Amino acid sequence: MELVVALAIGVLFTVGVYLVLSKSLLRILLGTNLITHGVHLLLLTMSGLKTGAPPLLGEKAEAYVDPLPQALILTSIVISFGVTAFFIVLAYRTYRSTGTDDVEGTKEERQQ
Amino acid sequence: MNNLLVLPLLIPAFTAVILIFLKERVDLQRIISAVSVFLNILVAGIIVYQVSTKGIQTLYMGGWLPPYGIVFVADMFAALLVLVGAIVGAACLFFSFASIGEERERFYYYPFFHFLLTGVFGSFLTGDLFNLFVCFEVLLVASYALIVLGGSKGQLRETLKYVLVNVISSSLFVATLAYLYAATGTLNMAHLSMRVAEAGQGGVMNVIAVLLLIVFSIKAGLLLFFWLPDSYSAPPVAVRALFGALLTKVGLYAITRTFTLIFIQEPGLTHSLIAWMAGATMILGAIGALAYNDLGRIFNYNIIISVGFIAFGISVATQDSLNGVVFYLMHDMVAKALLFFLGGMIISASGTDRLKEMGGLIRRYPWTGWMFFVLTLALVGVPPLSGFAGKVMMVRSGFGQNHVALALIALASSFIVLYSLIKVFQQVFWGGEKREEQVKPLHYKAMMAPAAVLFAIVILMGVGAETVNGYVSQAGAVLADPALYINAVMKE
Repeated sequence: MELVVALAIGVLFTVGVYLVLSKSLLRILLGTNLITHGVHLLLLTMSGLKTGAPPLLGEKAEAYVDPLPQALILTSIVISFGVTAFFIVLAYRTYRSTGTDDVEGTKEERQQ
Repeated sequence: MNNLLVLPLLIPAFTAVILIFLKERVDLQRIISAVSVFLNILVAGIIVYQVSTKGIQTLYMGGWLPPYGIVFVADMFAALLVLVGAIVGAACLFFSFASIGEERERFYYYPFFHFLLTGVFGSFLTGDLFNLFVCFEVLLVASYALIVLGGSKGQLRETLKYVLVNVISSSLFVATLAYLYAATGTLNMAHLSMRVAEAGQGGVMNVIAVLLLIVFSIKAGLLLFFWLPDSYSAPPVAVRALFGALLTKVGLYAITRTFTLIFIQEPGLTHSLIAWMAGATMILGAIGALAYNDLGRIFNYNIIISVGFIAFGISVATQDSLNGVVFYLMHDMVAKALLFFLGGMIISASGTDRLKEMGGLIRRYPWTGWMFFVLTLALVGVPPLSGFAGKVMMVRSGFGQNHVALALIALASSFIVLYSLIKVFQQVFWGGEKREEQVKPLHYKAMMAPAAVLFAIVILMGVGAETVNGYVSQAGAVLADPALYINAVMKE
């Protein structure tokens, strides 16, 4: 199971990096999203997937899942949610004021 | 346990939230902000006093003892940086009153300002790597907003780059934390230090160490500073001063903390990597400082040179050089803020930021001119001023530890700083005025007041270096001997 998830993380990173390297703002945005998804999955996988019962006292199980990575992911998801929202608005404002979502286009603006 | 430690985080955070509700009441926003920054200074002063008399202070959030739960730790290094950060923050706030303009003030400038301070103080005080990530994000989101506030095309373009760089580096940070947690099973810095020492720092640990170094270097502008000169040119001067004084220093603080506390087993790899990066940063920064002819960029490349200089001190890693790092960090926070203040006054007095169009300002603004001159000497490290003590400690131990080439580069970079800033001084203040229309700055006295306070601190830190050194060497002792930090955090 870990191996499959690890491969998925690799795919997410690859696609994310590919998108970030493109010229269109929207693609860059989606790329950063995919990379953060990859990172969150990585965080989850690193502590081992489903190693025991939920970490509740009433379960009386032999082994429990480590709850910390899940708390970390939750924090990280919330943060990336906020940053993504900001990034989208920023990209939209840039599109409105420059009239293009091509990153090269905003550069030419500067040379004039 | 010391509940005071959470106040540097809570005061600016609460202030920011309150100010959001007072959007239209700019006068009220100013008063509350001013009260808040003075409270910050007061609390930071008390923390420094407590640390100096009673040793390292800790706070276990929610009573969870380490290694569980989040711990806040104020050793002398963190406490001093919080104090200086609070003072510089207050000065930037008063400079904003005079220069930022009512439009920005009405569109949440002050709330973002205080959120930025929240993130900065949190980063200094936290003793948990994941919490450090969260504090980084707090200050980054606030800084995104501060850069883009105003919404001109240039600002939008620079903010896009700045956000993209930081989103990628934050992702890398979380990925590194995932690896670190998998390898050690903890994220508490003191506990990490013990675990890394037990397990030995081979293979995976070195990868993690280098990844962390990359992440923090992007934030600090150490070698990976490609984003810095453009992004820091976009916002107004008060924001630039805040960024130049505080943001890169947070990255440097994180590098110092990580590589004096956690990854100390293999200095041959990590510390020599920092040394190479420091040397390259100083050289590239020097080239940039010489190449440009507008004020903003020259100052930005001066930030980069000093980042390289401090990293050089970190890589030498003797107690003497770490004392130097602490001293120079404090000096640099104050001096860089002052440099941008004076730069802002020059730009608003001459109506341009191109050196070639300036001249003769010394007749109208003798005080600004002479302050700029003395500040240049302080940044270069001329003895009775604040830059001297830190530089002498770092360079001295650099020569002592066979980092001769690096120490020479560091000395040479000081000459470049001298040359680039004296060039600015000559072209701005000497000769005749080149522009026809004279632009009078609107609030000259209000801008001068915070600059004068920082100027006094630059002089006092230099003249009273012996007193300051008492505190600094207490900070350096903890950095040089991680056992002190670990015992203070893990004792209960």
